[in-house]
Amino acid sequence: MSQSESLPAKSSLPEISATELTALYRGMLLIRRVEELAAKAYTQRKILGFCHLYIGQESVAVGAAVSTKDDYWMAAYREHGHAMAKGVSPKAMMAELFGRATGCSKGQGGSMHIFDKAHKFMGGYGIVGGHVPLATGVAWAIKQRKEGRVAVVFFGDGATHQGAFFEALCLAQLYKLPVVFICENNFYAMGTPLHRQSAVTSLKFRADGVGMVSEQFEGFDVEVVRERVAAASDFARAGKGPVLLEIVTYRHRGHSMSDPAKYRPDGELDEKKKSDPLAITKARLTDDFGLVDADFEAITDDVEAEAQAAWTFAHDSPIPDPATLYDFTYAPTEA
Amino acid sequence: MAMIQIREALRQAMQEEMRRDESIFLMGEEVAHYNGAYKVSQGMLEEFGEDRVVDTPISENGFAGLGIGAAMVGMRPIIEFMTWNFSLVAYDQIVNSAAKIYQMSGGQYSVPIVFRGPNGPAENLGSQHSTSVESLFAHFPGLKVVTFATAYDAKGLLKAAIRDPNPVVFLESEMTYGIKGEVPDEEYIIELGKADIKRSGTDVTLITWGKQLFTVQKAAESLMAQGIDVEIVDLRSLRPLDHETVFNSVVKTGRAVVIHEGFIFAGVGAELVSRIQEACFDVLQAPVLRVTNRDVPQPYATNLEKLVYPSEDRIIAAVQQVMER
Ligand SMILES: Cc1ncc(C[n+]2csc(CCOP(=O)(O)OP(=O)(O)O)c2C)c(N)n1
Ligand SMILES: [Mg+2]
Repeated sequence: MSQSESLPAKSSLPEISATELTALYRGMLLIRRVEELAAKAYTQRKILGFCHLYIGQESVAVGAAVSTKDDYWMAAYREHGHAMAKGVSPKAMMAELFGRATGCSKGQGGSMHIFDKAHKFMGGYGIVGGHVPLATGVAWAIKQRKEGRVAVVFFGDGATHQGAFFEALCLAQLYKLPVVFICENNFYAMGTPLHRQSAVTSLKFRADGVGMVSEQFEGFDVEVVRERVAAASDFARAGKGPVLLEIVTYRHRGHSMSDPAKYRPDGELDEKKKSDPLAITKARLTDDFGLVDADFEAITDDVEAEAQAAWTFAHDSPIPDPATLYDFTYAPTEA
Repeated sequence: MAMIQIREALRQAMQEEMRRDESIFLMGEEVAHYNGAYKVSQGMLEEFGEDRVVDTPISENGFAGLGIGAAMVGMRPIIEFMTWNFSLVAYDQIVNSAAKIYQMSGGQYSVPIVFRGPNGPAENLGSQHSTSVESLFAHFPGLKVVTFATAYDAKGLLKAAIRDPNPVVFLESEMTYGIKGEVPDEEYIIELGKADIKRSGTDVTLITWGKQLFTVQKAAESLMAQGIDVEIVDLRSLRPLDHETVFNSVVKTGRAVVIHEGFIFAGVGAELVSRIQEACFDVLQAPVLRVTNRDVPQPYATNLEKLVYPSEDRIIAAVQQVMER
């Protein structure tokens, strides 16, 4: 019975180098800065609708991308970080948030629906849990075509109470599909803390009912995420079946821009900020890889320039041409 | 020409397309080893193997979503619902995923998928197994909705649906799988979005789709005997809607009755009536009437059940009413 199985303790990835960890740090910082600018743009009403920030969870997407760069990704509506970690340009993403024609989804999607086919970033989705079955279909295609890839799908703790999530697990395990299911347990679904969402608060156990291998770990350290997602993707890629990872994390902001997050117990946020992914990795780069203040300043300046360029690009881009309104309803039928 | 059952026509459409295109697969409950709940996929497992004719557990939401994801990366799934009643637990996938992904992605990902299976009532199945779902899907831009009455149309339309780059809701009927019709030996495709005039006439336009065509045809015989020359428009596609054929017919006859299963309230018939009065107001000789299911959940008892559906008598009465004006 695979329930008792576990992932190998060590993935196929080599030991991390200073250069690689620096790049991961930079990737996390870029997400943080781009989202801080998005928050600013939102308060200026340049970004409208719902806007869910990933700040505090950056280590998950960035760490997961290391071993799955050329694999297919899907995520929910809190997906700015996943998109950027997967290679979507901050310019194209920011332009999408601004509702511009140059946005990666041509201004049709907005914050919750970032898509970039060139980077195999298959979307952000707004129906909680609804996108999880789609990943099993991507994995079905991968398996039939022997692509050697995996489908990686991210969702929140809230999604694990949905039927769609459970059906996706059932099908993926039944057909032994190469899917890495990543539950980002940030302990809240909007204002409802996990213990009021579920009688079982260790969400990796959701896998047991279908006989799927699962693992739970803290994801504040990008190196840990890098290593464990690699172990999971190695496993799925080798045809051994899907894996459910429950990655414990925390969002620093409210559920969306309109949520002041008053429901948190006093002191919780300050406590959790001690494990801010950026701080953890900065300390590691300093202590073990010898980076100094000047190095971090250079990275910060570089990231700042890239984030500001994204804002400028979005801001200066044209809005969609009204003549294109009907262009995205049906794919053209070949003659 | 061969005389074959509708289930064979549907099977031939799938087989021919699957031989032509390796990315097509059929997935659903009981489609493979059991040969299909209504034997539409009989023998297909043997020909195509377990990777292309795939049994699923009872998880419509899951496997509808699986099909959509596979379609996004270039497969061409045919998802069979044992009946469309059960598609409602997958409604989210069809409406929120399949219909919207092309749009949400700014045209980057298309979803070439067919959802098919029997729609509408059979006999004495009670309310949960007798739903006509067409209006629930025709409402949404991004979906195509196709149905048929004859074996010829079944085959040609299903082949077109499989080749279409968009999600297609393909509605069959368990009551008509065994009905035979002539199907050409050579390959043919029927373009989606084209209605077919099943009988031309000059006095009144009867608009219908799906198996109600047969009831309408019977009613038409009585009406002809009364000297009323009816034209029958079989829509075949509800979305896209061939309003041109409908309007041309109504302009010719000046009168119309819409006949369909499913409920009158916000049904597809309401859409047709609205469009006809917008486009043909000046030529209409009488209000456009609808003959549909009675506005109640389907009762089980035979006598009550029969009262619910459009009947020859109700169609004849409606036609007489529009002719009196
Ligand atoms: C089916 C559905 N129900 C409700 C909502 C409204 N909603 C949006 S996000 C959310 C909370 C989801 O929490 P979780 O899955 O933990 O993700 P997180 O926001 O923490 O990333 C809810 C209830 C929705 N979008 N979809
Ligand atoms: Mg959450």
